Amino acid sequence: MLLKKLTEASGVSGNEKEVRNIILDEIQDFVDDIKVDRLGNIIAYKKGKDNPKKLMITAHMDEVGLMITDIDDMGLLKFTTVGGIDKRILVSKPVLIGDNKVLGVIGAKPIHLQKREEWQNALEIEQLYIDIGVNNKTEGEKLVSIGDYVIFNSQYVEFGDKLVKAKALDNRVGCSLLIELIKEIEDIGFYGVFTVMEEVGLVGAGPVAYTVEPDLSIILEGTLCYDIPKLDSHLIPTHLNKGPAISLMDRTTLFDMEFRKRITKIAEENHIPYQYRKSSMGGNDSGKIHTTKEGSVTATISVPCRNIHSPTSVMSKQDYENTYKLLKTILLEYEKGEL
Amino acid sequence: MKFNSQLMEELVTTYGPSGNEDNIRIYIKEQIEGYVDKIEVDSLGNLIARKKGNGKKIMIAAHMDQIGLMITDIDKDGFLRFTNVGGISPYILMSQKVIFENGRVGVVYVEPIEDISKLKLSNMFIDIGVNNKEEAENLVNIGDICIYKPDYSENDNVIHTRYLDDRVGCYVAIEAIKGIKNPKNDLYFVFTVQEEVGLRGAKTSAFKVEPDIGIAIDVTGSGDTPKAKTFAVGLNKGTAIKIKDNSIITHPKLREHMVNIARNNDIPYQMEVLEYGGTDSGAIHLTKEGVPTGAISIPTRYVHSTIETASKKDILDSVKLLIKLLESDIQL
Amino acid sequence: MDIKELLEALCNTNSISGDEYRLEEIIMPVFKEFTDDIVVDKLGNIIALKKGYNNKGNIKVMLAAHMDEIGLMVKHIEENGFIRFTSIGGIDPRTILGQEVIVHGKENLFGVIGSKPPHLQEKDEIDRAIKIEDMTIDVGFTKEQLMNLITIGDTISIRRDFKTLQGNRITARALDDKAGVAAMYECIKELSRLQHEPDVYFVSTVQEEVGVRGAFTSAYGINPHIGIAIDVGFGATPELSKTDTLEMGKGPGITIGGNIHPGLRKKLVDVAKDYNIPFQYEIAPGPTGTDGRAIQITREGIPTLCLSIPLRYMHTSVEVVDILDIKNTAKLLAFFITTITNTNLEGLLCY
Repeated sequence: MLLKKLTEASGVSGNEKEVRNIILDEIQDFVDDIKVDRLGNIIAYKKGKDNPKKLMITAHMDEVGLMITDIDDMGLLKFTTVGGIDKRILVSKPVLIGDNKVLGVIGAKPIHLQKREEWQNALEIEQLYIDIGVNNKTEGEKLVSIGDYVIFNSQYVEFGDKLVKAKALDNRVGCSLLIELIKEIEDIGFYGVFTVMEEVGLVGAGPVAYTVEPDLSIILEGTLCYDIPKLDSHLIPTHLNKGPAISLMDRTTLFDMEFRKRITKIAEENHIPYQYRKSSMGGNDSGKIHTTKEGSVTATISVPCRNIHSPTSVMSKQDYENTYKLLKTILLEYEKGEL
Repeated sequence: MKFNSQLMEELVTTYGPSGNEDNIRIYIKEQIEGYVDKIEVDSLGNLIARKKGNGKKIMIAAHMDQIGLMITDIDKDGFLRFTNVGGISPYILMSQKVIFENGRVGVVYVEPIEDISKLKLSNMFIDIGVNNKEEAENLVNIGDICIYKPDYSENDNVIHTRYLDDRVGCYVAIEAIKGIKNPKNDLYFVFTVQEEVGLRGAKTSAFKVEPDIGIAIDVTGSGDTPKAKTFAVGLNKGTAIKIKDNSIITHPKLREHMVNIARNNDIPYQMEVLEYGGTDSGAIHLTKEGVPTGAISIPTRYVHSTIETASKKDILDSVKLLIKLLESDIQL
Repeated sequence: MDIKELLEALCNTNSISGDEYRLEEIIMPVFKEFTDDIVVDKLGNIIALKKGYNNKGNIKVMLAAHMDEIGLMVKHIEENGFIRFTSIGGIDPRTILGQEVIVHGKENLFGVIGSKPPHLQEKDEIDRAIKIEDMTIDVGFTKEQLMNLITIGDTISIRRDFKTLQGNRITARALDDKAGVAAMYECIKELSRLQHEPDVYFVSTVQEEVGVRGAFTSAYGINPHIGIAIDVGFGATPELSKTDTLEMGKGPGITIGGNIHPGLRKKLVDVAKDYNIPFQYEIAPGPTGTDGRAIQITREGIPTLCLSIPLRYMHTSVEVVDILDIKNTAKLLAFFITTITNTNLEGLLCY
């Protein structure tokens, strides 16, 4: 199952190899041209009818994770975070290290040995370490190295009423949507681009936009969802099960009003539920894409994900399907020249 | 040269927040149409007006966009919630009037809070005077942007108004466009978009224009109000020639040239070392292989407030300096 | 020129971001010993090109070390002739209290950053750091006398001379990143004795300390196949965590992380091992705080490497570096460059 394969793969920012290979494998028979650029971005092209506007659809391949910084004398591993991780979700989690996916656990001091006041404070990264079960540094160095990337050990699970729990829904959900579009769409020309290192500063996006030079771009994302009861409606960035979230504005882009309105109109005309992403926090590849070279128009369409950037992010299959429907319909309008 | 109050007032009162600059672009286009050789609008909405000449290709940037608020939610009673477009202080925003593109006026207030230091945009709201959500939805949409309601006043010394940043820069650029008859250099006047959210329009338009030299015209702060942080720039001491801000260290030879132009033409000037903030010059100078860039700044009190204040004489001196600079032979 | 001589000349000359032109008369002649092709670009970057041999595919390697340093700038002159100043680049205000300075105006003026006598301080004052806003520089002149000597915008450097400590350790202001510039010089010296296919661009960049600005424009202009930033890393001292630091004298730090091309980095490590050059690892999850962050995202993307020379007390006027680390950095770079050929480049860069 595609999303399962993608979310369980390892692809921390700067180490997207495994995910990149899965994607290349999935799409190579469905595209007319494909290449991997100097930073590891995938640039795929599907031929189609001529269109005055060059369209690019992107999804970033990378996920947030950890990186090993030291193996100490007891064989315990020190680490740093890659991308924005709330340090409080790290403790008491199993992880997989390096290409060999060595199993480890992020342990913590037992409650019994802590003073009451200590419970109040979040544990600092410096106080945490990963235990892979060896006795000393030499044994540790046989299995892992400084610089190894670390992912959460979290499997893809379907639960409840068509919900999915997995790690890296941000942004394997975007990758999955794009792969499916590439496989299904015929005779509509567009660039399908899978970028690297979005989570550490939108690194891959600028260079890829420099190469492709799109007129229009649609950026696919898994985005924040925090729809708990009792929260004021304006503080809820997106809801689960209310459809794809259309971005208005974030830290890196003031989304083109005309394009955004066109997309919501398409959704309304085709009875596809949608919502606005109400928060202006966060950013995505659009930030770099729309300001590259002479500039271009972008829109970001996201699947809401609860518990984003944690090992237990949750999304709704219904939202996924509605997002896919919306994208297909947008592509049809693009083909007609109506975008 | 006389101060053109009508132009200034019309500029600062025309709707044009970041991301929605259509109205101000149309207004500016009308003002400059008869005085330029070519006008283009690029994909982000920058207005690029060229006055052809030989000599160096100079890009002059003044940003058209204004700070404002974007509506993100409409509650069941018709109150609006928002996020900021550009730098908005909740303390300045508190109890102001705002206006939407369609003319609807709203007022800004805050939920009851005990401690005024806890004032932030997320506990504030806009009241547009409707009875419920449907009525509100007939007037505004999520994604609409409102700005501070226009309020312009002047006396013989200063102007007090919202949005001197950077409509005063647009004023200076427009007057220069009108004042230069036979350009000695190849002049590209770019009225940029989205400066307030990250110098975005300047980045893309500079890539397109590929100038030899860049000059930004924007406001700078002032250090001449009670207990102000040390800052050598003040009102009525002349136009300000920028040495640095957070986005650029201006090209020293270009800066020296600007100082000489000011001296040789008896234009009062002051030197500006700004410890915060950035301007379009920051984006321009890092374009491609680099562009020697400088900036002419209009000293302004209370920047990003609803009562920005500048001296008419300083504004006119800025126009004079820009015109003489653009007419000069710039050798670096 | 001997490396110590070069470092002394570089570190004793003020090149605060924006004022780097003062180094042209030191850097250009020394690189001229090895190539005639030296230009200064529009922002002031000095670019020396040493062409390769048999370079059929015109492959280009760009080395970047920044020649600018942090410092201070005159922002206002008080009625009594005291100078108010601001910082250029990241300055810890606690490191400048009580320092001697030079104000670089029409003439170089000697000055002191004043401090309040301890006798006059309140009990709680003495524990609080003093902000730059509250400091002044006294050059001993009246405002009128200063009219023709200095002006707003003049740069100010901490008065500190290059000195040798014990063994191979040296101390000076601005070893960040003049140690890197010296490493580039030693590298071109080494390369003159070796054969290499790639054309090598030695770029002394400007304005790194205020936003890696020179790196953006020089990388755009050169558009190399490989970019290598040579900067400094945190030298180990007791209060710092082991994972954040490099040991002095144990060779350059090779960065691992998103800013670094993994294939190239593996090759660099192999070269170090093959030639017995000591090295250490430095972890950087995302864009590094060096010119490398700019080079990587220029144009269509440029595969990048970063090397860090261990340096203690970064951003003070008493930075300490081990000359052996600089020499080893230069050797590693030179040997690495000789292993890059028209035939193996594609393989090295592919994912």
